[in-house]
Amino acid sequence: MTLDAVRTLDVDPLLDDPETRIVVCCGSGGVGKTTTAAALGLRAAERGRKVVVLTIDPARRLAQSMGIDSLDNTPRRVKGIDESAGGELHAMMLDMKRTFDEIVEAHANGDRARQILENPFYQSLSAGFAGTQEYMAMEKLGQLRSRDQWDLIVVDTPPSRSALDFLDAPKRLGSFLDGKLIRVLMAPAKMGGRAGMKFLNVGMSMMTGALGKLLGGQLLQDVQTFVAAMDTMFGGFRTRADATYRLLQAPGTAFLVVAAPERDALREAAYFVERLAAEDMPLAGLVLNRVHGSGAARLSAERALAAAEMLEAENLEDSRIVDQEGGKAGVRNSPETPADSAKSPESQGGSHNPGSAAAGSDTPEEGSPASDRTDGTDQSAEQPAEQLTTLTAGLLRLHAERMQLLSREQRTRDRFTALHPEVPVTEVAALPGDVHDIAGLRAIGDRLAAGD
Amino acid sequence: MSRLQVVSGKGGTGKTTVAAALALALATEGKRTLLVEVEGRQGIAQLFETEALPYEERKIAVAPGGGEVYALAIDPELALLDYLQMFYKMGGAGRALKKLGAIDFATTIAPGLRDVLLTGKACEAVRRKDKRGRFVYDYVVMDAPPTGRITRFLNVNDEVAGLAKIGPIHNQAQAVMRVIKSPETEVHLVTLLEEMPVQETADGIGELRAAKLPVGRVIVNMVRPAVLDEAHLELAQSVPRTALAKTLSSAGLGGARRGGLAERLVDPLLEQAEEYAERYALERDQHAVLAELGLPLHELPLLAEGMDLAGLYQLATELRKQGIS
Repeated sequence: MTLDAVRTLDVDPLLDDPETRIVVCCGSGGVGKTTTAAALGLRAAERGRKVVVLTIDPARRLAQSMGIDSLDNTPRRVKGIDESAGGELHAMMLDMKRTFDEIVEAHANGDRARQILENPFYQSLSAGFAGTQEYMAMEKLGQLRSRDQWDLIVVDTPPSRSALDFLDAPKRLGSFLDGKLIRVLMAPAKMGGRAGMKFLNVGMSMMTGALGKLLGGQLLQDVQTFVAAMDTMFGGFRTRADATYRLLQAPGTAFLVVAAPERDALREAAYFVERLAAEDMPLAGLVLNRVHGSGAARLSAERALAAAEMLEAENLEDSRIVDQEGGKAGVRNSPETPADSAKSPESQGGSHNPGSAAAGSDTPEEGSPASDRTDGTDQSAEQPAEQLTTLTAGLLRLHAERMQLLSREQRTRDRFTALHPEVPVTEVAALPGDVHDIAGLRAIGDRLAAGD
Repeated sequence: MSRLQVVSGKGGTGKTTVAAALALALATEGKRTLLVEVEGRQGIAQLFETEALPYEERKIAVAPGGGEVYALAIDPELALLDYLQMFYKMGGAGRALKKLGAIDFATTIAPGLRDVLLTGKACEAVRRKDKRGRFVYDYVVMDAPPTGRITRFLNVNDEVAGLAKIGPIHNQAQAVMRVIKSPETEVHLVTLLEEMPVQETADGIGELRAAKLPVGRVIVNMVRPAVLDEAHLELAQSVPRTALAKTLSSAGLGGARRGGLAERLVDPLLEQAEEYAERYALERDQHAVLAELGLPLHELPLLAEGMDLAGLYQLATELRKQGIS
């Protein structure tokens, strides 16, 4: 196993370290980011820290089990956790429109705030067009951090179209707010009482003309009123965005890239790792979710398949004999016509479900196979023996499938570690079902900490 | 079969793969399809094992029977400049706007404009005709944003049309909506037989229907083969371990006695069967949820060797077999 050479990510020291104040979970969609964030938060809380988890879009049942299914944009204390170590778990689900509205309300006085909130352009912007979620997640993180009420903030990131939109958000906003565009947009609105014409040179009026042509006069006016009304708040936006960005770079922050051992997810993960390095963001490691294992790894897929085929071939032999006997003596009370049963061996190709033959014959009309099995009379010894062989063959096929999955996962993982040997990894063994309660999160937390 | 095929699905369900397989399936027998990517992830190029796609319609595959698949990665910024030039002869103004940061604003920050540009470009390809008045593409398949965002993404033009009540953007948005809400469009959702993707699919369908967007089919991806049926799973719970060990041994897998190789396989194999049984039950429940949606259901197998170009053709064949094209 090449993974032995790879550094392992120790989750517990990271969570226990009082210096760790923010953990950001990022990764592509569908890899278990939200679950990982919640499990880390729970684990840290049960190990004695006062934690708040900021989730973006949790599964309904998980949100319900944490008591955060009502969107009120404030952290709620999660019940049913072990607080004996002195920790607490709070959780909240991000409501981006509410977050945006709150910023407006906090930074503009009554009339102006209402003017903004009622502006149609603002309403669309805040209702969640591309990008808003990312800005608001960062904004909320900044708010939570500045309240300084928690030892540790665990953040889940939005399922962005491009991996690190949330990192770009502050910069984008900044460059927009500093840009000439704002001045162009604001020029006509400001003209009113001021000697605006002096500032509004010919080039700019041409630009607003072009924008008006493109957007339609009324939309341009909406945008202009919006921008003018937001004018006083822009400075604040910019300052906070910059502060949040610096907060993310600071030593108290740890980024965890979450992935599943699949090609696309790990490719995204590699991209995340590179982007974080380029932005000087502190990466703690990779969480590899849903990794499969096997207690019988010494039996290869090929051998398991070969053995399964051998058992199935034996069964075919046996059933042919049974069928022939049945044809003569009428022992087998099968509804099949002799012609059908003669055909069936050929139709059972390699990929045919090996269970179907036995399942078809396991019908009540055939006496009582179940009691035959328990009392062990050998009157119809072939029947349980055949079932046992098909079961064994099925178990072997199941195992072969598992081993193929294992080697596929291993290959994709190796590709990642070859590219980024410096990144510590922790593996989380796959659970057969979904996680939607505290006990499930705790189990994930144990697996995260165990690293395999 | 509608000419604009929109493929969405929760992250991780393989919607790009399904969109590509669908484009291949629809191109079979001399048809021409355009596969459109809107999220700038270059997933199509990776699937077809080619270099990154530029903002340009480019042939990337030949389908069985002589059909062709073209691909296009829509870049919103270039699409906007395109529009300015095409419709308003504003190439020069476009450059000036770019310098101002207006293009960046329009494609990243301005509400919905980005999505308008993306859907607009796809609809333009749907309507485009050649000199002889025939459609350039028989089908356009869009690898769309995930289920959670799809309704908003497709419906954005309605919203923009309301926001810009007059002017070219208003007209453009309305023209796009006419295509998207017509029978010319079908929105398919890709899912896995797992609780969260199925839940999201059900929610997504509800949202699409509420917005009067045409819902197409549900495609269950990565369906694992049924290895053990219920009767055998039951038997696995009661089977004597020694009998199992003996059978394994008879297949040449070592000694059946305590500590023998075959005997030591029994526990892990039964454990895997138990996990399988749990998953089997979960999958059956999720299947039932999907069946209740009242939409045509298709299933694509999990490819044991992982996804590659050959696998893509295999999935396309499977889709044709199931009568999707």
